[in-house]
Amino acid sequence: MKKEKGLKNRKYVIVGNSIAGVSCIEGIREIDSDGEIYVFSDEEYFNYSRPLISYYLEGRLKENQLNFKEIDFYKKNRINLFLKTKCEKIDLDRKILYTTSGNFEFNYIFLGTGGKPILPKIEGIENTEKGTFTFTKLNDAKKLKKYFEEKEIKKVVILGGGLIGLKCAEGFLGKGISLTVIELSDKILPNTFDSLASEIIENKLKENNCEIIKENTIEKIISKNGILKEIVLKDGKKISLDVLVIAIGVFPNTDLIEGTKVEKNKGIIVDEYMRTNFPFVFAGGDVAETYEFEGIKTVIPIWPRASKQGKIAGINMAGGDKKYEGMFIMNSVDFIGISTISFGITNPKNEKDYEILKKVDYEKRIYRKIVIKENRIVGAIFLGDIERAGIICGLIRNKVDIHLIKKFLIDDKFGLLILPESYRKHIVKGEGIEV
Amino acid sequence: MVKKILIREEYCIGCRLCEVFCITEHSKTKDIIKTFKGNEPRPVSGIYFEEVGYISFAIQCRHCQDPPCVESCLTGAMYKNRKTGAILYNKEKCVGCWMCVMVCPLGVIKVDLKNKKVASKCDLCIESGFPACVKNCPNEAIILVDEKGERIEE
Repeated sequence: MKKEKGLKNRKYVIVGNSIAGVSCIEGIREIDSDGEIYVFSDEEYFNYSRPLISYYLEGRLKENQLNFKEIDFYKKNRINLFLKTKCEKIDLDRKILYTTSGNFEFNYIFLGTGGKPILPKIEGIENTEKGTFTFTKLNDAKKLKKYFEEKEIKKVVILGGGLIGLKCAEGFLGKGISLTVIELSDKILPNTFDSLASEIIENKLKENNCEIIKENTIEKIISKNGILKEIVLKDGKKISLDVLVIAIGVFPNTDLIEGTKVEKNKGIIVDEYMRTNFPFVFAGGDVAETYEFEGIKTVIPIWPRASKQGKIAGINMAGGDKKYEGMFIMNSVDFIGISTISFGITNPKNEKDYEILKKVDYEKRIYRKIVIKENRIVGAIFLGDIERAGIICGLIRNKVDIHLIKKFLIDDKFGLLILPESYRKHIVKGEGIEV
Repeated sequence: MVKKILIREEYCIGCRLCEVFCITEHSKTKDIIKTFKGNEPRPVSGIYFEEVGYISFAIQCRHCQDPPCVESCLTGAMYKNRKTGAILYNKEKCVGCWMCVMVCPLGVIKVDLKNKKVASKCDLCIESGFPACVKNCPNEAIILVDEKGERIEE
């Protein structure tokens, strides 16, 4: 993609002001310091880090500590920032974005609209105006906090034992509230961990008086005058409650392209330049679907991916030439003081096709698991002790043949020195570094 | 000016003085005796020292051109200094989410649980201007060079 000649003073429009949108600004400004940039957000905050809302709920961080860019970032980059602005429609023929703050012409548009919480079809869910919450945005956390201040809350139920649900649960621990997490699968964190890692976290939650109900879900919600009263589970069990948090996952928020010819599957489909089927429409982050590591076409809703994709989109929108290489799923999450990092395939279905290395210390709650296929690492779990986990990340990404160093992977000596020499020199070298 | 620390593993004699002086340089008093014997909390070293058999080497952050740690940081604590290219972090902003630990292919970002729960890594001795590990390496296994690769001495 060469810079188009004759196109000076480009007008860029960025929908979404989370990490993908902000990285897109950085990408554009790496190449084009003059173009006009308009950024739109339907929220009122100049920016904040969504994964940090659980820290806010818990009280570990205040509202003014949640931003990941300083306010002068927008000034320095000469951004026209429109907050509390809903983008309603894109006219792709005339290249106009219709918003509640007016209509904006553009040359290039970036869609970084993220994900929205999945709301299950549960009988009675539509009647519960008070007491039912989702947990993905700062306003969700604020509403929850406010509800707690105004009402006497005794019982909280969280539907969904995944990352969002458990991080939300953590915010309620130690506050004298009766807490229950309901998970459909046979273990918590089913997409992140294997049974052993899940069990360690589950036990820790139970020790902190959090009840876990597995292989079950809510069938009916009962409210009185719009106020949540009771839930009925699939097995008939009834639970009276004051607050229900629905955290069963997120789905790409593709509302803005509905009715347009921008291609989508689960998410908005983009190529390795983060470009949709329209050459002037780009997307990235939790809304975008593209070829990831090993050529798998998917959406991976994680921060580093949104950051990378937004930046690459920005560079290409400004006339640069940068390709996205694909990522695999990875998470770093702390559960009640237990640090965990996981990569790729942590719990393969056909175990016989894989080689699995494990090291467990039940008492100290330390667990390490490496999943190998055809002499390459394809997944790993680090629990309790996460030092140097990034080395495994590099080995996966670079598809390093590890057959000679297998025995060291879960050994105490694990480090750079045990790596194949050519790979070690390659990564240690970096730019201008000699070994 | 972009400075780089080179490591030459063939010269490393495994004395670990780089670690000792890194810790001292980042302590409150910058006094070696007080740092190791006194009551002040001892900082975490920005260096990883490794030894297997006869081979040893010490490595610190490579201050990557395209740093995955900065890209992954949830709080904006990790950043790249535009002038020097050094990858630095703001301790006040860091919440210890360990995204940086997860993505660093060299595994050179440490978990510092001693003080506030934050990440810990090499800062190129930004306060004194000359890296303590380079200054105190007795066998020139760790040296400092400029962007052309010319050696810089204190």
